[in-house]
Amino acid sequence: MQRLATAFAIAMVLAFGAQAASAQTLKAVQDRGQLVCGGNGTLAGFGMPDPQGNWVGFDVDFCRAIAAAIFNDTKKVKFVPLTTANRFTALQSGEIDLLARNTTWTMSRDTTLGLDFAGVTYYDGQGFMVRKSLNVKSALELSDAAVCVQQGTTTELNLADYFRANRMSLKTVTFATANEAVRAYDTGRCDAYTTDASGLYGERLRLTDPNAHIVLPEIISKEPLAPVVRQGDDTWEDLVRWTHEAMLNAEELGITQQNVDDMLKSNSPDVRRLLGAEGQFGQSIGLTNDWAYRIIKAVGNYGESFERNVGQGSPLKIARGLNALWTKGGLQYGLPVR
Amino acid sequence: MPKMLQLPLRSRQQWASIALQAALVVVIGGLAYGAFINAADNLAKAHIASGFRFWDNTAGFDISQTLIGYSPSTSTFGRAFWVGLLNTLLVASLGIVLATALGFTVGIARLSRNWLVARLAGGYVELIRNVPLLLQILFWYNAVLKSLPDLHSSISISGGAFLNNRGLFLPRPEFADKFDYVAAALVFGIVATLAVRIWARRRQERTGQPPRTLSFAFGLIVVLPLLVFFAAGAPLSFSFPDMGRFNIRGGTEILPEFAALLVALTIYTAAFIAEVVRAGILAVSQGQTEAAQALGLRSGSTLRLVVVPQAMRVIVPPLTSQYLNLIKNSSLAVAIGYPDLVQVFAGSVLNITGQAVEVIAITMAVYLFLSLVTSLLMNLYGRTVGIVER
Repeated sequence: MQRLATAFAIAMVLAFGAQAASAQTLKAVQDRGQLVCGGNGTLAGFGMPDPQGNWVGFDVDFCRAIAAAIFNDTKKVKFVPLTTANRFTALQSGEIDLLARNTTWTMSRDTTLGLDFAGVTYYDGQGFMVRKSLNVKSALELSDAAVCVQQGTTTELNLADYFRANRMSLKTVTFATANEAVRAYDTGRCDAYTTDASGLYGERLRLTDPNAHIVLPEIISKEPLAPVVRQGDDTWEDLVRWTHEAMLNAEELGITQQNVDDMLKSNSPDVRRLLGAEGQFGQSIGLTNDWAYRIIKAVGNYGESFERNVGQGSPLKIARGLNALWTKGGLQYGLPVR
Repeated sequence: MPKMLQLPLRSRQQWASIALQAALVVVIGGLAYGAFINAADNLAKAHIASGFRFWDNTAGFDISQTLIGYSPSTSTFGRAFWVGLLNTLLVASLGIVLATALGFTVGIARLSRNWLVARLAGGYVELIRNVPLLLQILFWYNAVLKSLPDLHSSISISGGAFLNNRGLFLPRPEFADKFDYVAAALVFGIVATLAVRIWARRRQERTGQPPRTLSFAFGLIVVLPLLVFFAAGAPLSFSFPDMGRFNIRGGTEILPEFAALLVALTIYTAAFIAEVVRAGILAVSQGQTEAAQALGLRSGSTLRLVVVPQAMRVIVPPLTSQYLNLIKNSSLAVAIGYPDLVQVFAGSVLNITGQAVEVIAITMAVYLFLSLVTSLLMNLYGRTVGIVER
């Protein structure tokens, strides 16, 4: 109901409000002294408050990196928890500056929502989780199974597509939030729960007995997760895109949170350009030239953020896989800073 | 002479009031138009798709309960809208019927002279109407789910039905073509019974003798269709639910989400209806009952002919409010995944199309329409029980 109320409020803003000048996001953020970031709020590893109430996660780190680039202070971020239902409207209406909420980049979203996606921060794919006791080895055996899913996601659509393509019959039980879908799966309402593979690992930890469940090997879709900004503010989109690229470049160049100060003395032209010792790259996106130094100092490089939140340093223990650097067989490829 | 003085005066006042109201309509219309233009303008400026072209696009998502044919691969968003709307109507209409029955029972029970019955009814009302409905829905959903066995230890009910945490699975009747004759016989029986009732009432008004029509009604509504049924060669078979690897195949399925929502809406609304009914009955003065008894009416007839008709005048308006509440509260289905209008249309469709303004506007218009129709019907009914001035 709260969801509907939010959607209603936003619709009213669209109907009666004057659209804020869209090309001024960076200035608005600087004047406000705070970045407002739309996040998940319930997804372990990506965006969720810890027991002390501080938001942590992979998407959260991305927002903190931008705050570090702008304010040199990772605390100057306000996180707004959003559901799949209100995430795009919240961004469209200007309630948030940036959406970093495990959101899949698709053509229809890119072209009809008045939004732009700024670089793939995580290559994901949809998978299934089932009870071990069912003795299912493959998703292709799931014909007739009841599957719990969260509504309004690409997941919901891929699920129907996959069962149709493989001529299997499907019983979907659709819930408004991931919390409700997982709880229903846990009580036995469904045989399988489906979402992005990264989410499956996170949600499995919340089940009554995580060891009684397995994630099936099939990945049935491409889910490139990307931060989203409003269309028409190219400066802001550049800033968001290059924050991700800076973190990737830092990993490629071996710059870490620990050694970034030493790296300032490096002779490598790539390192010097990235850290602002050479060139005017920071100024070209409206910041100071040490923008990337501040990001790395505060949040670390891409790999550090990955391992800390979802990889070996976290309870999720997700392998880098597609998200390894291109030099190590993955898809993450830092665009050149030059 | 005074008439001529009065007329222009009154009509001047009337004109002023008409002008004022017209001005108000123009202002409100202007505001609505302005909002519409402003929204369209804002959407266009922000490069957000608008309009209703999405209505005919393929939906692509699955829905767990569909009363009309629906397939994720070929059905449109428009079809999904109708599926959601019908699911809302199903739970709301069943809820209204059940809540009315339960509410009247509890309301009358609360006035019972039996101490235990009255206290039980009172306790029910106080407990239920003071706990938020959302919590009650979640309670019923989790209570239903958690207490039922899983698929492989399904409770088998005689007659080929199964009950488990996936729902209640019943044999589905399959009607052969000749079943139309049986249906026709049933319709004829009901119409004929109504005609007999009208004739009987007229006769009673004329002669004072109430004719016995019960056996007529039984013959027309039960015996006649049964005879036709067997004459047509029993054109009815059942498709029985059958245990599959994951789920039960075949048969008719009642989803636990539907059951939980219906139970919660019924029990919650019935508590309020019970109070409305109690107030209505207490509003009929004791003198009416005494007068009826003095005329020699038995207590059943006193209730039916004297108390209830007068109580209904008091009951109907607040009862309408309760019906409207129930219809709107059915949108809490989103909390437990019952595919009602809000869940399907303002949830999945809104999300996939991203057209929040259009989808929310349609959804609000639908609830407004449903509420207005309900009010209208209840007002018409209220007129039939209202005081007839002679």
